[in-house]
Amino acid sequence: MWRFIGIRLLQAIPVIIAVVTVTFFLVRVAPGGPFDGEKAVMPEVKAALEAQYRLDQPMLQQYAAYMGDLARGDLGPSFKYPGRSVNELIAAGLPVTAELGLYALLVAVIIGGLAGVIASLKPNTAQDYIPMSAAMIGICMPSFLLGPILLLVFGIYLEWLPVSGWGDIPGDKILPAITLGSTYAAYIARLSRAGMLEVLNQDYIRTARAKGLPEWQIVVKHGLRGGMIPVVAFLGPAFAGVLAGSFVVETIFQIPGLGRFYVQAAFNRDYTMILGTTVFLSTLIVLFNLLSDILAAWMNPRLRAQFGKR
Amino acid sequence: MLQVENLSVSFHTRMGSTQAVDNVSFGVESGKITAIIGESGSGKSVACYSLLGLVPCPPGRIDSGTALFEGTDLLALSEHELRAIRGRDIAMVFQDPMTCLNPYMTIGKQLMEPLMYHQGVSTAQARTRALELMQEVGIRDPESTFDNFPHQFSGGMRQRVMIAMALINQPKLLIADEPTTALDVTIQAQILQLLADLQTRHDIGIIFISHDLSVVADIADDIIVMEKGRVVESGNRDAIFETPSHPYTQKLLAAIPTGHKDSAASTADPLLRVNNLCTWFGEGDKTVKAVDDVSFNILHGEVLGLVGESGSGKSTIGRSLLRLVPATSGTITFDDIEVTQLSARPMKDLRRRMQIIFQDPFASLNPRMTVHDTLAEPLLLHGIVNRKNVSQAILKLMDDVGLARDVARKYPHEFSGGQRQRIAIGRALATRPEFVVADEPVSALDVTIQAQILQLMLELGKEYGLTMLFISHDLAVVREVADRILVLYQGKIVEEARSEALFTDAKDAYTQRLLQAIPGRSLLTGIS
Repeated sequence: MWRFIGIRLLQAIPVIIAVVTVTFFLVRVAPGGPFDGEKAVMPEVKAALEAQYRLDQPMLQQYAAYMGDLARGDLGPSFKYPGRSVNELIAAGLPVTAELGLYALLVAVIIGGLAGVIASLKPNTAQDYIPMSAAMIGICMPSFLLGPILLLVFGIYLEWLPVSGWGDIPGDKILPAITLGSTYAAYIARLSRAGMLEVLNQDYIRTARAKGLPEWQIVVKHGLRGGMIPVVAFLGPAFAGVLAGSFVVETIFQIPGLGRFYVQAAFNRDYTMILGTTVFLSTLIVLFNLLSDILAAWMNPRLRAQFGKR
Repeated sequence: MLQVENLSVSFHTRMGSTQAVDNVSFGVESGKITAIIGESGSGKSVACYSLLGLVPCPPGRIDSGTALFEGTDLLALSEHELRAIRGRDIAMVFQDPMTCLNPYMTIGKQLMEPLMYHQGVSTAQARTRALELMQEVGIRDPESTFDNFPHQFSGGMRQRVMIAMALINQPKLLIADEPTTALDVTIQAQILQLLADLQTRHDIGIIFISHDLSVVADIADDIIVMEKGRVVESGNRDAIFETPSHPYTQKLLAAIPTGHKDSAASTADPLLRVNNLCTWFGEGDKTVKAVDDVSFNILHGEVLGLVGESGSGKSTIGRSLLRLVPATSGTITFDDIEVTQLSARPMKDLRRRMQIIFQDPFASLNPRMTVHDTLAEPLLLHGIVNRKNVSQAILKLMDDVGLARDVARKYPHEFSGGQRQRIAIGRALATRPEFVVADEPVSALDVTIQAQILQLMLELGKEYGLTMLFISHDLAVVREVADRILVLYQGKIVEEARSEALFTDAKDAYTQRLLQAIPGRSLLTGIS
């Protein structure tokens, strides 16, 4: 078990180094720089700024210096927000985005899981087609379309829910969570339908029927455990995806989260901010993938036993 | 206790309708074992499952009939009322204990579940009762295995768990659907004994569904024979075995392998010499010695039987000979050629001369290749014939293995199991091999088909002058085809004897145990 985790973490190091390296040189290739604003800056001032942020040094030297800082966990100073480090900015945005992501995943698991299980009970009937068609629409509907629609219907016409903000007015977290979660709900619906269908056709489900158990007990006690393993395995990548993909929702609903920093950083050529956020998110993706793999394996007694032995 | 009258069950899908059970009537007496015998598709399982509402409807439909169980018509009950009977008054044991237990739940929980659901007893009471039953069905050390998961048990132990689970509510009727088919022959004997013991001790009625008459020969009181959804004959055990009246019953009885091959001791030279063969898997302390220091010869024209239970290494030997798995050490000499060290080119030539037939004709044929393509491939690959003559050669092969010529363009899924095995035999014989490994070639087949395929293999063996290694777990089958028999146990050969000598005068204790376990031993000719 520990060996397995150790190996996976070691495997993550080259992945993250590769991500950093590619990002580092890509942002430099993009035209413009952090201090090429609309206002003309005096050449001396610009030179001084560039010297302060090491931009006057050769590219490889900058790269080496950045990697050195990174190894110590220092993501460097932000170019656009003078006096604040990237670490601080991420620390400020992360709680908001993490909370949003968590709610979105809750929405996704509850709605998606329920839809998938319901569909799996009567495959190829209306009870299957209706939730699955809805799931297909959910997958196809981008959040920049769903967000404004929900906002219009529930925020403006019905005036049931607030249209923006985060934690200011009660209920302002509902629409963003649904918007962000809907795509994942759709994937989870499809995964849980497939997982449940497979399990419900197993011989041991017939055994449970032969015991005389009522159908709901068969589904809940004998079906869910096996049927939900693919969903659990998907949760890790989904959570990472939610974190990385939250900027659209954050922009629509005016939420001060990590996603917005990320997009703004790209526009501003805030090199250290772009790099910092990328490194941070890629580390999270690796970690959450590992976590959900462990959890999915843990749910299978056979694999759990193998873990114990190692 | 149970009286079924005019039961008809049909299945309706987009592909059409089939009458699975056609106007079937039978009775089951309490305190007796009633066997329902039939080949796959005979409707024996569907008939029993429909009594308990376990046939999925749709596509299934119960068209007519009554099933009086202690005065209640099971078929007239609602799902809710039926559920109260399922698992309490009538319990079931299924064929494959590997897949019929929930792999995510401890066996203790699974055992207690029906008791707690039907009788509402506390967990503590249920646990006590479950432990008692585990003891009774012969699970060693129930206390410490109570919280184990199914994968931690062997197949035989799992089937004991299944039986305990079925008996926990003290049912009046137990329906056992092929309960020993997935088990090794010695384990099968134990489970049969257990069922017979439990039946007397608890005075319950048992319906024993099986495709194999010999399995029920020793334990059944009454036998019902089904064919194509109909009951063709029923009566008590002795009447069925001694004076079968229906031709189908007679055919089933005739298909049971009971005879032995008449063969004189051969003086031919060995075609294949195996010396100190070891095939190990894994490394370190996890090494599995699948084949452990095995030496034997196979003479020209001989059929050598290789008998053993699952995990004995018999298939691994067969595959090692053809180098389908690499041997760890030892030598394999085929016609003075050392097989283990051969380089690729001479090996390809050797593969032409050595072929294999696998157990499962469903899995071992490429589903995307027609019969023609399957047979053409080895013919062309080894240059047996050129493209111009390939069709002619294929038709000859199909004639030889008894396939109609007009099916050449069909795909494997369009054939029955027996026909597929004919295709597989044709594929093996295409290269005109001198030596064939037949790895459980009839185990996946119905008894009557099994008899046909064995007959075919013996005839072709003579016609093609084949030397054969015939691998099987079934001693009765091996006795019919083999000249000599090797008995394998945990990777080692424990006995080697001429066929008849083995059955009349086994020396090794394990061999004796295997012989004792043959189901329906009394049917075998010339055995005391």
